[in-house]
Amino acid sequence: MARYAFYLGCTVPVRGMNYEMAARKVAERLDIELIDIDGFSCCGFPVKPVDWRAGLLMAARNLALAEAQGLNVLTLCSACTGTLTEAGHRLKEDAELTAWVSEQLAGMGLTYNGRVQVRHLARVLYETVGVEALQETVTVSLDRFGFAPHYGCHYLKPSHLYNGFDDPENPESLGCLIEATGARVVHYEDEGQCCGGGILGFDEETALLVTKQKLDHVVTTGADAMVLICPFCAIMYEANQRRVESLYGTSYKLPVLYYPQVLGLAMGFSPEEMGLKLNRVKPGKLVKALRG
Amino acid sequence: MDNEQEIIIDVSSFVPQFRDEIAAEPGGEHIRRCYSCGTCTAGCPVGGVTDKYNPRRIVHMALLGMREQVLASDFVWLCSVCYTCYERCPQDVRIPELMNAIRNIAVREAHVPQTFKIQLEKLREHGRLYEIEDYENERRAEHGLPPIREAVAEVRRILSATGAGGKA
Repeated sequence: MARYAFYLGCTVPVRGMNYEMAARKVAERLDIELIDIDGFSCCGFPVKPVDWRAGLLMAARNLALAEAQGLNVLTLCSACTGTLTEAGHRLKEDAELTAWVSEQLAGMGLTYNGRVQVRHLARVLYETVGVEALQETVTVSLDRFGFAPHYGCHYLKPSHLYNGFDDPENPESLGCLIEATGARVVHYEDEGQCCGGGILGFDEETALLVTKQKLDHVVTTGADAMVLICPFCAIMYEANQRRVESLYGTSYKLPVLYYPQVLGLAMGFSPEEMGLKLNRVKPGKLVKALRG
Repeated sequence: MDNEQEIIIDVSSFVPQFRDEIAAEPGGEHIRRCYSCGTCTAGCPVGGVTDKYNPRRIVHMALLGMREQVLASDFVWLCSVCYTCYERCPQDVRIPELMNAIRNIAVREAHVPQTFKIQLEKLREHGRLYEIEDYENERRAEHGLPPIREAVAEVRRILSATGAGGKA
């Protein structure tokens, strides 16, 4: 049985409970044990632009908490994945910086010795569990559906952090995971593009224009839903979908699902168990078809 | 005529050492490598929807020494940190990290966007961007999810140890 420290970050446990519900159920079915760690904080991502040292120390503290339990970290948010992974790399490369971090951590009764690996759930499903093993867990084929994958940014980039497990320009891991459920992958224009979430707080209008572009591209394909793996991407495409519609006079009604929700449905979990009631854009057609 | 006036710049105000200042800041080390090819701007998702953001222009301004213009403007805060240009830059300038280095310098000179002030306040109060107190934990319990304890003291300690808490 694989065991990981379950790192939720800021957004998932409050605004992405459907993601968390589905991830926990799916992991359990796959014999992946997710350990909740007391005291995890923000990863440090929002602090880096203001003070990179504070961001690094925040990330290092979270890594130290996992290391104290002898666990690697499993993440759901792509920005957390990038921030924690980058911190781990820096602390291996820069002895002077590591000495400073160690001193700060010691003041909090912690140590970090560089032993923690950080893995996004989607990467674990693709790389560690494997597509074939996932296929064996499918009891309800989703072969009637076509899903548009949204990879987001920090799951793949900067690629030097991720040992080349997937190609940042032409990724296929999420597509393979979608196909494991029997569903079709629906490709679309500018599939690799960012959600715009990085500048939502600074310039909402510009951020939502970035969001709009992808919504425009996906709806023209007729995909049944967009499938993604980061809570902030979901905030942009789902929670802000109506805002984009009213700002720009468009109409999408495009369901947005977290990949573990899709996998869980294929494993035979109910829509309720996968938290679909918490999805803002109701995937009515999908639920109806599944209930047959 | 208005446009012409906008593009006339006062060269005497340039700070040639600005590039060195940026290169000394973690993330900014590779700024001198840029030869202005524009690969960054061509693939930029933000630049694709607005003229307000143009990474090649910002790097060029920084290299010229337009210190005050770069630090006080909105430019560097419009990078969505998607790393598309980071992957494609033929000179490995690492533009998102470069933007971050400039942001850190801007913050030290009190140019802090409101959104980051709000986020820092949240971190000081809750140790995270979205609070999790009794109400949120009750909601989590309704969905079968375990409670979460905010690590407020620990995060405050980090913010004050680095001086980050006092910057915004």
